[in-house]
Amino acid sequence: MFVAKSIRWVATAAVALTATSAFAFEPTGKVECIAPSDPGGGWDFTCRSVGNVLEALDLVPASVQTINMAGAGGGVAFAHTVSKRAGDDQLLVAASTATTTRLAQQQFPGMDADMVNWIGAVGADYGVIAVSQASPYHTLTELMDAMKEDPRAVKFAGGSANGGWDHLKVLIAAKAAGVENLPRIPYLSYNNGGEAMTQVIGGHVDAFTGDVTETQGFLNSGDLRVLAVLSEERLAGDFSDIPTAREQGIDAVGPNWRGFYIPADVDDDARQYWVDALDTLYASDEWKQVMQNNGLMPFHPGSQEFESFVKQQISDIQTLSQDIGLIR
Amino acid sequence: METLHYLSLGFGVALQPENLMFALIGCFIGTLIGALPGLGPANGVAILIPLAFTLGLQPETALIMLTAVYAGAMYGGRISSILLNIPGDEPAMMTCLDGYPMARKGKAAEALAISAIASFMGSLIATIGLILLAPLLARFALTFGPAEYFALFVLAFATLGGITGKNPMKTLMAAAIGLIIATVGIDLSTGTQRYTFDVLELYEGVDFIIAIVGLFAISELLFFIEEKAGAGRGMIKVNPLKLNWREIGMIFPTTLRSGVLGFIAGVLPGAGASLGSFITYTLEKKIVGKKGYFGEGDPRGVAAPEAGNNGASSGALVPMLTLGVPGSGTTAVLLAMLVSLNITPGPMMFTQNADLVWGVIAALLVGNFMLLLLNIPLVGVFVKILSVPPMYLLPIVTMVAFVGIYSISHSTFDLYFMIAFGVGGYILRKLEIPLVPVILGLLLGPEMEKNLRHAMQISDGDWSILWGSGLSIGLWLVAIIGLLLPVIVGPILRRRMQAAKATTQD
Repeated sequence: MFVAKSIRWVATAAVALTATSAFAFEPTGKVECIAPSDPGGGWDFTCRSVGNVLEALDLVPASVQTINMAGAGGGVAFAHTVSKRAGDDQLLVAASTATTTRLAQQQFPGMDADMVNWIGAVGADYGVIAVSQASPYHTLTELMDAMKEDPRAVKFAGGSANGGWDHLKVLIAAKAAGVENLPRIPYLSYNNGGEAMTQVIGGHVDAFTGDVTETQGFLNSGDLRVLAVLSEERLAGDFSDIPTAREQGIDAVGPNWRGFYIPADVDDDARQYWVDALDTLYASDEWKQVMQNNGLMPFHPGSQEFESFVKQQISDIQTLSQDIGLIR
Repeated sequence: METLHYLSLGFGVALQPENLMFALIGCFIGTLIGALPGLGPANGVAILIPLAFTLGLQPETALIMLTAVYAGAMYGGRISSILLNIPGDEPAMMTCLDGYPMARKGKAAEALAISAIASFMGSLIATIGLILLAPLLARFALTFGPAEYFALFVLAFATLGGITGKNPMKTLMAAAIGLIIATVGIDLSTGTQRYTFDVLELYEGVDFIIAIVGLFAISELLFFIEEKAGAGRGMIKVNPLKLNWREIGMIFPTTLRSGVLGFIAGVLPGAGASLGSFITYTLEKKIVGKKGYFGEGDPRGVAAPEAGNNGASSGALVPMLTLGVPGSGTTAVLLAMLVSLNITPGPMMFTQNADLVWGVIAALLVGNFMLLLLNIPLVGVFVKILSVPPMYLLPIVTMVAFVGIYSISHSTFDLYFMIAFGVGGYILRKLEIPLVPVILGLLLGPEMEKNLRHAMQISDGDWSILWGSGLSIGLWLVAIIGLLLPVIVGPILRRRMQAAKATTQD
């Protein structure tokens, strides 16, 4: 009798406990963050710095463990998340424009953006178009006018593969400026932005396309002239002198955002928890400090907008890639 | 003046306790690896790369350790040359000629000491040369456009076989294998996948580090299993050292000449340390003439090649650091390490990673003093370790390789890949196909392709851009000379080397 009573009591308690956790998800124990790159890359930085701030803000119960899973420009991690981690609500995966670019160009075979949950961005690095100090071009308009005359007039160097984000930024700007025959625009792909800038400064290639933080060193030394930044408004601090493309009448915006997705089949509560956690993180002073120390610019679409932003970016990139004949 | 400022910055990095410690470890292990017959500096560095990743070292610390291994291996090569008449590595071959006869005359300790001093002088001269030349060349590197780079890569491939290479056909085949492997992965210039067969792990191409560790370290293990060479080798006892200042004075002009000459040989891409030690020995023999007794244990015959090959090894760092084009197999391995640390060699590195570059250069100087100290009083320790059977050493090497590769990417796929490369390396070595050109092909192939296509894009398809500047014409000329010289001069030189070696063995 006594035993049966206690069992019933325990059962009631258990029901009550499950009920509370069903109403409001909270992570328990260790949270994992997959950085789809080797240690030291951008995604690795995203995981580690966000992990630290989540811990500092007590948004996670214990630590956030960063797991490096390099391969196929994020494809290995994406495939892992889709096929092995569905329903896992204690997992974040770092992503950026590189991820959406590859998804748009079907570089992850048999996978698309709907197979995961996109939860939010925590900042961005904006695209720039720059020339060497000795270049005849002084504004983006002049550069684009030359390209309207002849799409092969200006040769671009960037740090991504052909069809990658650095190449796409040129196309976004050229399309907005009304340059025709986009596939004719020469784009030279280098291993990274640094190599590409060296070639532009050495006078071998006409213009550089990359992210604004990459240009800092050569901007300070005066070797490089940044014609335009592809952001909605002027950036703060050292970069405030750089005009936006919009100011020059060319409506081109190119944020290389940093953010996260989580696996599919996760409860709405858990999904909402992570969306809110990123909101809290983004608003915190700790994160503002991280952004300032690492040259990250403001970029944080509202919680519901982020998913549609990602989808929109993917479809834009798809159109551009079709324009240049990279995909059919 | 600016150079001095950077150098002091470099010493700040090199003299940090952690970096000093890893430099010392690197020097010690390097000497050991160099001394073991068959394990050359390229293998040595390849084996220790995983260790650097396992320990999670900072980029500068990792690179300091590996350059110390490199320098140490160049020192260590002489020990087995002198005591066993088996060169620890190819560049140490010339040291056998007079080193072993000296040892047989009961002057092993003197031979070891003289060669250590000569190695020290050669390294010192070449490091000073590196300090003076590298910043100049780094600034000059801005004038290298795609066409010039392409010519430079052709030059590197043309001089690949080097003068001491045995079979040019096999060298060519090895380079072609490297080039084939290098085509796997995304093609940067079109953004399409090549030879990836929808296997996600292949999308970014084959990781150099995995290929290097597999080809060198794992194949070494397979060779060992096959030979079961458990026992140590019999060797000459080392006598107590009796060396006076007069004898050191006698080799001084030799080391000076040979160090400079070795440095120049090292700076030329592809030529490398073997050439350095060969030409310095030959030249020294000519200069000294009949007064010497070369081939019968002349101390100058020990000093010249040692100063030469150590000079060349530091010289080979110049094109590697400034242009990203390795001057030898080992610098190719170091380059792969840099690339996987996300550091691009070239003019950018001297401004953007100044602390790293100058830290490594300063560490070379510091390491050189460490090596001199290690190699004179402690030479007995190395001699003892030489008699340790490899059955204890190689399992450790294998363990380090597996843990290290896994710690880079946490992927078992990479481990299988490494084993596959090990088996491939074993087969190639059985066929006497050299492995260094495979690595160079793998490393330089994509760069060469990229620069050719960039040159074509810039010129709108006009091939004449490739010889459009004075610089590229100069590079093409050197490449042609580099290609023809071994064919004409090589057989003659090799015959003489063989003859010289044969006479000492009689």
